[in-house]
Amino acid sequence: MKVRAQIGKVLNLDKCIGCHTCSVTCKNVWTTREGVEYAWFNNVETKPGTGYPTDWENQKRWNGGWVRNASGKLQPKQGAKWRILANIFANPSMPEIDDYYEPFDFDYDHLKSAPEMRAFPTARPRSKITGERMEKIEKGPNWEEILGGEFAKRSADYNFDKVQKDIYGEYENTFMMYLPRLCEHCLNPTCSASCPSGAIYKREEDGIVLIDQEKCRGWRMCISGCPYKKVYYNWDTGKSEKCTFCYPRIESGQPTVCSETCVGRIRYLGVILYDADKIEAAASTERETDLYGAQLDVFLDPNDPEVIAAARRDGVPEDWIEAAKISPVWKMAMDWKVAFPLHPEYRTLPMVWYIPPLSPIQNAAQSGQIAMSDQMPDVRSLRIPVKYLANMLTAGDEEPIVHALERMSAMRLYMRALTVDGVRDEGIAARVGMSGRMIEDMYKIMAIADYEDRFAIPTAHREQTENGAELRGGCGFTDGNGCSSGESGKTTLFGGKKKKFALPQETF
Amino acid sequence: MFESFDINFVIFGVMPYVALTVFLVGSIARYERDPFTWKSSSSQLLRRKQLIWGSILFHVGIIVVFFGHLIGLFTPIWVLDALGVPYGLKQWMAVLIGGPAGLAALIGGTMLLHRRLTDPRIKATSTVMDNLILILIWFQLVIGLLTITQSLQHMDGSEMIRFMEWSQSVVTWNVNAWMTVVDVNWLFKLHIFLGLIITTLFPFTRLVHIWSGFAAPFRYLVARSGYQVVRSRRRRPLEERRRAFDRRQGVDGPKAHAPAE
Repeated sequence: MKVRAQIGKVLNLDKCIGCHTCSVTCKNVWTTREGVEYAWFNNVETKPGTGYPTDWENQKRWNGGWVRNASGKLQPKQGAKWRILANIFANPSMPEIDDYYEPFDFDYDHLKSAPEMRAFPTARPRSKITGERMEKIEKGPNWEEILGGEFAKRSADYNFDKVQKDIYGEYENTFMMYLPRLCEHCLNPTCSASCPSGAIYKREEDGIVLIDQEKCRGWRMCISGCPYKKVYYNWDTGKSEKCTFCYPRIESGQPTVCSETCVGRIRYLGVILYDADKIEAAASTERETDLYGAQLDVFLDPNDPEVIAAARRDGVPEDWIEAAKISPVWKMAMDWKVAFPLHPEYRTLPMVWYIPPLSPIQNAAQSGQIAMSDQMPDVRSLRIPVKYLANMLTAGDEEPIVHALERMSAMRLYMRALTVDGVRDEGIAARVGMSGRMIEDMYKIMAIADYEDRFAIPTAHREQTENGAELRGGCGFTDGNGCSSGESGKTTLFGGKKKKFALPQETF
Repeated sequence: MFESFDINFVIFGVMPYVALTVFLVGSIARYERDPFTWKSSSSQLLRRKQLIWGSILFHVGIIVVFFGHLIGLFTPIWVLDALGVPYGLKQWMAVLIGGPAGLAALIGGTMLLHRRLTDPRIKATSTVMDNLILILIWFQLVIGLLTITQSLQHMDGSEMIRFMEWSQSVVTWNVNAWMTVVDVNWLFKLHIFLGLIITTLFPFTRLVHIWSGFAAPFRYLVARSGYQVVRSRRRRPLEERRRAFDRRQGVDGPKAHAPAE
């Protein structure tokens, strides 16, 4: 057993209102720079839809993630190491910027500077790459917002696999949900595995996956390697960038910006202990539908004395072990089994999990259209097809999704009985294999979702990673040119722009 | 001294040392001082068109040409003699391998240059150096291919031997190296001159990615046993931490905590 800790994340899709506050605050903090205008470390997609970049879930086209080869070994779907190196001159699986969208801005100044004209002045779009006029905007970061566009295009959605999708194009049967997406900070990331330079790495202490900007050479294999298309090529700096999980905030015990600002309080952060020795075997599980279960087996119970002893021995700090015991992520994923990994079939063992949405189903059930079984709504006959959710979250296995939706329905029934009738109906809890106390805890964390219950983030231990004596007299955060200040002009001798990129450097 | 001044001495006697010094010192300085600027500067994201074929033809062609020059020029002549390789045969090999490779590189380079100078997105995001270095390499390929017309008149390899002598004299600090190429055809001279210019500009352009390109297979295939990269900021490796913990547990018993780093 090799115990490591990671700050995991859960997004409760049942409560996402699609306000995009997460995306906007993330963009304002991380990607307002030239070269990454098109990049959204966090974005919110309306499903069903093809997403951003278009059709990202279709790995037949983009070759992201891993495949299990005939001998049971894992290799990136875009090819083993030698194949990746052979593609170094031109990457056949890499999306073009038009697959995301050409970034644009509007001529706002024209609104006030236009001379007197017969027609009202308008702000027309202009490309942020070429600076030229764009006559027609073909795509944007959120092109399918609230089911925008025709069903024929949106229904190319990969999650309709094995679903009779035609009826969902009809107005009466249509359904919709939001899917906020960010880097999954996987246990088995394909981006880092695909990088010939070794610039992408997972941090041992908190599991955050980062790109070393000074080691990245712009070979762009990570962009095609990541099945979630959450690594972005900065066309200005020539380096890849991705969600940093706001590591400077996490290190000081604060939630990521997207989580902090989430209006619907759908985001949860907490410590998950995992066994690094089990990762490879879990990701190599033969059947895709077993991958979800295999990942659960990688997680370690923070209340198990043996795990605690092993965690201490491997150097997991005491407050991290304590945080793991109260982790909302652990409760949702392991205790209640209501959270699931996004597309486990990519074999990356993602660490940002999702609770499937229930609300639109429950509302329909109350109006009497939906079959009830055993006083519980039959979640299989509800508005969002279970198969659709299963394709998204469990590689198509419907049982765990049904189980989770039933528990969430039971939570509502139980709490209604408690608050309206004043009755603690243990029978409802028992039908879904829970106790009243568990349901009330679940209600507190998932429905009330107080700040303290959503985020249980221990601070980083700088005393374990830095030698204060060595740092004394150092130059603090710099832009990669040491303490040197002996430069003039806007660029360096080697053409680099000065003071452009301000990610803090890490020390070894 | 100035009566005997010869421009050939400057170009073929002095410039190689200047070029190689700037090339090496500049590369090391950039790698050490400004690693954030060290990159391939790929523009594939902005326009895929013309890049796939252009880039593959250009790179494969130029790598063959590069190693052809490296092996062809720097293999000691006594090695050729010892192996019994006739100079004429070597000259034929140079023409038959270098010719098609150079042509492939030129076709690819032309596609890339056309794309860089005409595509609005690539044009808007190219730096002066991006354009300059590609134009220089394009001319270098054209001149290099034109020298084949001269080589075909010396298929006994006599001219080629002079270039081998020159290159090998330069790297063995022979001050009279320049004299061996004084009276070769001007096409060859221009080719060498341009080559030295490109070598000098190397550390100030995107060409530094060539170092990384050659290093990548070693880093990826040899130095990295598995696929994943995990970095620890803890000051002691896992095994050492475990040993320290076990020692402490012997003293403190089961109440031992994670050892302080």
